[in-house]
Amino acid sequence: MSAAVLEEHGAAGVVGTRMLRREDPALLSGEARFVHDLVVPGALHMAVVRSPYAHARITSVDVSAALGMPGVVAALTGADLAAEWASAMPCAWPVTADMQSPKHLPVAVDEACYTGDAVAVVLAGSQAEAQDAAAAVAVGYEELPAAVDLEDAARDDALAHVDAPSNRAYTWELVPDPDAVRRAFDEAAVTVKERYRQQRLIPAAMEPRGVCVVPQPFGGEFVVYSSTQIPHILRTMLGLTTGVPEDRIRVIAPSVGGGFGSKLDVYAEELLCLALARRLRRPVRWSEERSEAAQATIHGRGQVQEIELAADADGRVQAVRVHLLADMGAYLQLVTPGVPILGAFLYHGTYDVPAYSFTCTGVFTNKTPTDAYRGAGRPEATYAIERAMDALARKLGMDPAELRRRNYIGADRFPYSSVAGLVFDSGDYEAALDKALELVGYDALRHEQAQRRSDGATKLLGVGLSSYVEMCGLAPSRVLASLHYVAGGWETATVRMLPTGKVQVVTGATPHGQGHVTSWSMIVADKLGVLPDDVEVLHSDTGLSPLGLDTYGSRSLSVGGTAIALAADRLVDKARLLAAHRLEAAPEDLELSDGQFVVRGSPSTSIGIGTLAFEAFTAHDLPEGMEPNLEASATYDPTNFTFPFGTHVAVVEVDTETGRVDLVRYVGVDDCGNQINPLIVDGQVHGGIAQGVAQALYEEASYDERGNLLTTTLADYLVPAASELPSFTLGRTVTPSPSNPLGVKGVGEAGTIASTPAVVNAVVDALSHLGVEDLEMPVTPERVWRSIGASAPVQGGAR
Amino acid sequence: MIPASFEYRRAGSVEDALGWLAEDPDSTKLLAGGHSLLPLMKLRLATPGVLVDVGRVPGLSYVRDAGDHVAIGALTRHRDLEISEVARASVPLLAHVAGQVGDPQVRHRGTIGGSLAHGDPASDLPAAVLALDATMVADGPRGRREIAASDFFRGFLETALEPDEMLTEIRVRKAPSGWAFQKFNRRAQDWAIVGVAAVLDGEPRVALVNMGSTTVRARGTEEALAAGAEAADAAARAAEGLEPPSDLHASAEYRRHLATVLVRRALVEAAAARG
Ligand SMILES: Cc1cc2nc3c(=O)[nH]c(=O)nc-3n(C[C@H](O)[C@H](O)[C@H](O)COP(=O)(O)OP(=O)(O)OC[C@H]3O[C@@H](n4cnc5c(N)ncnc54)[C@H](O)[C@@H]3O)c2cc1C
Repeated sequence: MSAAVLEEHGAAGVVGTRMLRREDPALLSGEARFVHDLVVPGALHMAVVRSPYAHARITSVDVSAALGMPGVVAALTGADLAAEWASAMPCAWPVTADMQSPKHLPVAVDEACYTGDAVAVVLAGSQAEAQDAAAAVAVGYEELPAAVDLEDAARDDALAHVDAPSNRAYTWELVPDPDAVRRAFDEAAVTVKERYRQQRLIPAAMEPRGVCVVPQPFGGEFVVYSSTQIPHILRTMLGLTTGVPEDRIRVIAPSVGGGFGSKLDVYAEELLCLALARRLRRPVRWSEERSEAAQATIHGRGQVQEIELAADADGRVQAVRVHLLADMGAYLQLVTPGVPILGAFLYHGTYDVPAYSFTCTGVFTNKTPTDAYRGAGRPEATYAIERAMDALARKLGMDPAELRRRNYIGADRFPYSSVAGLVFDSGDYEAALDKALELVGYDALRHEQAQRRSDGATKLLGVGLSSYVEMCGLAPSRVLASLHYVAGGWETATVRMLPTGKVQVVTGATPHGQGHVTSWSMIVADKLGVLPDDVEVLHSDTGLSPLGLDTYGSRSLSVGGTAIALAADRLVDKARLLAAHRLEAAPEDLELSDGQFVVRGSPSTSIGIGTLAFEAFTAHDLPEGMEPNLEASATYDPTNFTFPFGTHVAVVEVDTETGRVDLVRYVGVDDCGNQINPLIVDGQVHGGIAQGVAQALYEEASYDERGNLLTTTLADYLVPAASELPSFTLGRTVTPSPSNPLGVKGVGEAGTIASTPAVVNAVVDALSHLGVEDLEMPVTPERVWRSIGASAPVQGGAR
Repeated sequence: MIPASFEYRRAGSVEDALGWLAEDPDSTKLLAGGHSLLPLMKLRLATPGVLVDVGRVPGLSYVRDAGDHVAIGALTRHRDLEISEVARASVPLLAHVAGQVGDPQVRHRGTIGGSLAHGDPASDLPAAVLALDATMVADGPRGRREIAASDFFRGFLETALEPDEMLTEIRVRKAPSGWAFQKFNRRAQDWAIVGVAAVLDGEPRVALVNMGSTTVRARGTEEALAAGAEAADAAARAAEGLEPPSDLHASAEYRRHLATVLVRRALVEAAAARG
């Protein structure tokens, strides 16, 4: 469907309108139920005893004192539980054939490898009793040298696992033409070589994790309630790791309060609750606490990046060379090794670059495992290239907007075959830049910046740009195969019209805050000519949607939404045949409008789709060979990724006396193809920008030299709030994707990808005349103050 | 995040509270707004055996004009102090500082008595009462006594209050003009990395947040001001003799620097406000 058709459609229906989210009343009134809210009589509460050492040999675990405490039913060590596991915890992405993956059990047996690694569990009648007893478990530790700093770990200064040959997990390369790269650097008029540190981030979803496993009576199934993004993948993995047959496991994700990738994982506590429910034949539950989440839920980012650009005298980039160290943490979680690879193809950003070289080494450290976190690999890639482009602009003495303009892949080049081997579907990068510059008033800002500098103001102005393109809509199954990912990338949907004309949509996508119910019902409402409120969306329950691949990587709309649209089309096709039968007309003479099949040229001859649903249900008079009921399913495997893009501009004020950075204005122009609901798009972009700003200015999972996590509360881990952010100015261009029938691209990660480099570029821009070229993230006031030099003039008067 | 178990008693009067405190002062804690004590208990850094909730004791939440001074009940919540007409007119510094504490939830629960009795060097109100040279009124088994703010803050989470005493009132001399408060933090809801309360109405007094193990006065600055120094020169001595902490949010060196900048800004602002 082209953009024009969609707009025409939007005029008649709801797609393209800013419909309020149907999910929100339940969430805002507190009626939505999260795992912790479930009332399960007789459930045992699990508390996990965690290692206080980053790396230690476990010499003894004594649970006897805990067993004597009130309410305690069981206290079990790693050794006690070893027989429960049919296999170790899963990693689904062996990126290379020789990848090292240390054995990862839900409860460690003789070596604890990060602070927070589970060493025992206690089950009691209440959460408080379980926690009291967990404190009474006596564990003997012999502390071992810890691999903490990523670069030290890469040199094997200390081994993260005593029995491992080295800390290297894998080395992965994408170097299509090494000679071309070498030549480009030899012949370059200008080169830049930059080093950036991607600090570790704590995802800090509003709802920490929670699990509750309820065995059904009479040898029935296990119902696993989990605060997860991936009920379907989880069910398969639970079967594989615990040996409970997959068909005896039903996973339900009730309301889920955010994930950002941190719930795209299979966690020890999920396996433990299932295994313990099996062992004790009682419901077992666990609710994660905020401080526990800081250690026990995956971290994001954690990379050291080296990026080099070779350019000609006009600033045209001829080659990009990247070396990455990626912090795996102590173990490989579900997709840990693949996260840097998701960025591997995008280090040339939006620019037409002929030569490319990317190498990444994954390294184990004695820290919480890392895994996918909003953007997963693509924010890191965008950060590196966008920071490096600014460095190049400074070196050339060129305006950063002009440098970008010179290097963009032109709008006439799509579909564009990239040097890294992708085919970018569609785009017009310069249009997004132009719009962003216009919205922010770029020239006036540059003028004011110069003015403040020449006035010797202590509040300097900085303007930072970031242009991005991402690959999302994960993913064509065949491409995933070539990347050694062990699952496909399709999605399933069923659309069914009930006898009364109400509609049910069953989807394998799993919302956790995105507004799927709203968007899916809008798509189906327009397809069938019903109201969105008449469309019920069933999701996040493997009992309702047995097959699905869940939600991550901005895939839900472009893959899951497409499956829904296709299923709806099939339903309409069937309804059309039935209508033709009833109206005694040829199917191709029928038009569906506002839920009525009308014979073209004879408007009085019509039949409603709801009536057809009833007739298909009674099946009293169906055409020869037609099966009863109006129901259709589709499974969609995308043919390509989608490539959303845009340009963001951050404007900061930097107080040279204190180093304080205030983000004073922010403009984001995004192109996610066609928009089903621009209000939801705005929300996704807003949250994404905030999360990217958080990385730029506020957040870091800090460790001390011994590997203790220091930021375990939200007073120390600084998640910014609305008070730290300006009102965002959003703009949009619309370049439909030719890769799927909806023309959509996905927008869940865009804001996060774009904003981090925009903000850091802005701070560096404010201070560049003082010789500042880089600032480590998060850009704290102290770091800014130090970069200016303790000798910054202190002037009286100004406030 | 679940505290160790404890016994909970709700006091109906100051006498109730003092009686229970006297039974076992060392393992009994008063609970006011709970916004400092409960986090410590949840982290199990505090494990009192008995919690005496004074939150509903009547008659201890007020801001009163008492002639030459303003009297504030210990259970007055930050928000009530912030919007009090009496405080705004006669001790605007205090009303302003109360409005800078934490976030709205904290300001609607936390009390001035709890904030002062807790003795946290990172708290804002202690610096304000120190700069205002306030007087604390404590009741205990040995009767009532008055403690000058300059004698009250003793060390990290340590005040002049005995374990069996309860802070009941804070008396603050009127200082309607010539004040300023500077709070430097990274997020609006956070404790100060460094804060400055300055009062130039009368003998100049400058108190600092988070520049030592307890709330402290910037003696160097005060001396310089008394000797007639300009704001910038007096401010340059703000960190003299002080040993600020180094933590995740700032190094001691940076805090010293910030103190000089913020004190200068506070002095300039306070002087301008004095007119
Ligand atoms: C998220 C958050 C952010 C915060 N930010 C700030 C901030 O920016 N600035 C700031 O200054 N504070 C901040 N606070 C602390 C807040 O102001 C507290 O409310 C205050 O410090 C303590 O007051 P309370 O009434 O809650 O005391 P409680 O927590 O109830 O008690 C604190 C201590 O004082 C004792 N106590 C209480 N009342 C009395 C009394 N009348 N006599 C004797 N002893 C008593 C208690 O036994 C306990 O030891 C923050 C708190 C939170 C949770």
